[in-house]
Amino acid sequence: MFSNRYIFIYATVLVIVSAAILTLASVGLKPYQDKNIRVEKMQQLLGAVGIESTPKDAEELFQKYFVEQHAVNAKGEIVASIVNGKQTTGSISPFSLDTKKQLALYKANDASASLPIYICMKDGKKSYVVPVMGNGLWGPIWGNLAFSEDLNTIVGVNFDHKGETPGLGAEIALPDFQNQFKGKQIFENNNFTSVMVIKRADKANPHQVDAVSGGTITSNGVTDMLKNCLQFYIPYFNSLKK
Amino acid sequence: MAGFNFKLIKNPLSKENPITVQVLGICSALAVTAKLQPAFVMALSVTVVVAFSNLIISYLRNTIPPRIRIIVQLVIVSLLVILVDQVLKAFVYDVSKQLSVFVGLIITNCIVMGRLEAFAMSNKPLDSFLDGIGNGLGYAVILITIGVVRELFGSGSLWGYQIIPDSFYEMGYQNNSLMIMPPMALILVGIIIWVHRARNKELCEK
Repeated sequence: MFSNRYIFIYATVLVIVSAAILTLASVGLKPYQDKNIRVEKMQQLLGAVGIESTPKDAEELFQKYFVEQHAVNAKGEIVASIVNGKQTTGSISPFSLDTKKQLALYKANDASASLPIYICMKDGKKSYVVPVMGNGLWGPIWGNLAFSEDLNTIVGVNFDHKGETPGLGAEIALPDFQNQFKGKQIFENNNFTSVMVIKRADKANPHQVDAVSGGTITSNGVTDMLKNCLQFYIPYFNSLKK
Repeated sequence: MAGFNFKLIKNPLSKENPITVQVLGICSALAVTAKLQPAFVMALSVTVVVAFSNLIISYLRNTIPPRIRIIVQLVIVSLLVILVDQVLKAFVYDVSKQLSVFVGLIITNCIVMGRLEAFAMSNKPLDSFLDGIGNGLGYAVILITIGVVRELFGSGSLWGYQIIPDSFYEMGYQNNSLMIMPPMALILVGIIIWVHRARNKELCEK
């Protein structure tokens, strides 16, 4: 039979060999995986301004339309910028900022928190795109909002989610829900109002959109997400308006 | 080595089917079959994992101390599952996102451990490999059948391409949203088991 010594050595060797194989696979495949994540992010940003893209052409379209990327802090100051692919201010890449981590810093009143804002030039029209992130019923929800040049009117949004209920909360990822946001406004006489996702919304009200029926908690999640994340950008928007 | 033993591949497709006869791997069969593409990728991943874990365990079977054999099997299965997960994330990112946790959960798929314990620990590598392929395909047949039905009636498409023409929708046809919820998968599995047993009386319990 097998001695204890044999069992120990067997287990140790097995685990070390497995770990080595996994390390190799992880290191070898990392560049491909990172690229997928980058491309997905670009596709979502392009989606917010209404540009259709495929994983193949997303990078090219992104470079073409998103001419400026800035990282702004909660005071509204720009801490880093990339204009036409060149770093002009600071040293970090706004694109690589982790929205979730930065929002947590912002919540903790950490002055180092900064979030990206993307400026898109399409058909001579300028739009500002900001990422948002919050919680739905089962897990995180996130998205991007595109504002027109007045920094008030929404020209497009896209939302995605980790695992909301299909047919109910998951409807936030569909065009029917997202198209409602077009033309809505986040300011009323220069006071921040955000956009509320509520039941029986008044279509004429520029700060309300209709909630998803059966998806109340996800809808409330969208309302909170917009309010919390847009709050961060208000000082920056105000500084641009001056 | 007496060459290929095709029974090892053929039997799990019907009379020893892991899902409908042994009733293993039901959880993932419910979770990933709302669309055909993830169902197919999941079936392929499970086949790869079962076949190669069977092969590796069969090679090692005479060196594995019986007292830690389950742990050894788990290490090999997890190793393969993580490799599959990493490859999916690198090359079919969309599908990998839809499958989410279920790729990782192949580790706990009873088909894998079941085949290792029941077959690979006491058979030669080539036979074990074929047994793994057979059981993977048996799993695949059911997953793909359910995936086709659920996507066709739940979303009106197959593999993401629209099949039911717009004119049907204009005439008032609607997708059945129960189809995309997990309960419908369970009902479909039940129907398949029913039909399967009605045609193979020897499978019925007395």
